[in-house]
Amino acid sequence: MIPLSWYLILSAALFSIGLFGVLARRNAIAILMGIELMLNAVNINLVSFWRYGSPAEMSGQVFAIIVFAVAAAEVAVGLALVISVYRRRKTVVANEIDMMKW
Amino acid sequence: MTAEQIIQQILFFISAALTLGSAVMVVATRKLIQAALWLIVSLFGVAVLYALLDASFLVVVQVVVYIGAIAILFIFAVMLTQRDQRDKGPQLNKSWVLAALVGLATFGGLTFLVSSWTGFGAAAAPIPAGTVDMVADLGTALVSVDQYVLPFEVASVLLLAALIGAIYVAYNRK
Repeated sequence: MIPLSWYLILSAALFSIGLFGVLARRNAIAILMGIELMLNAVNINLVSFWRYGSPAEMSGQVFAIIVFAVAAAEVAVGLALVISVYRRRKTVVANEIDMMKW
Repeated sequence: MTAEQIIQQILFFISAALTLGSAVMVVATRKLIQAALWLIVSLFGVAVLYALLDASFLVVVQVVVYIGAIAILFIFAVMLTQRDQRDKGPQLNKSWVLAALVGLATFGGLTFLVSSWTGFGAAAAPIPAGTVDMVADLGTALVSVDQYVLPFEVASVLLLAALIGAIYVAYNRK
């Protein structure tokens, strides 16, 4: 059998890898990919707590499904913003998109 | 330990290695289109983990929504934006060492916090007797008035608003 700790350590590692991607990548699309990895780590945590805690109630899975919906919304709007910025500024490097900075 | 448990552990290790290894490739590879393809492998590994956790509906949703929609959207965005800076210059910014330290500190801190919790090594709770179809239970929970119908509807309205907003933002006015 698989103890709960394996899932928790795995999702902590996945979250940290995603966090590194968000902080270190220059490309805005790669930053969004890092966010996806972090959301997946959160979902692993939610589902494993549901399975190891109280599988009779569906709350953990419902929470994970709502995270799915929020992730889909986030990536749709994020990629639309990246494409729109690329059309006007011809760049997707996050450091160069600084027109709101003064 | 029975043979089934050993097979489960082997499956866990394979899918965990697949997930983490391809996640490292997502953040480390230079070509963005390859990062998108590695992201698909990583998401598939997470789907296998959901299967090990008996969350059968989430396995399907992970494959259909994450791999089928979100990863394809990433590939489209990479292809629409990548024309003139393909693999030019560094892919990591100047403070990537600091970012790696923050990532390592987060991993260490999270592992320390959960390992000091009493339920850390818990075994899986038994599936309650009389459970025939957990997918049906999940569907009932999502639409029954005294459970999760309100968060479900709010999530669907959020998704609709986000999709309309995405069309508006990405629309080419010329």
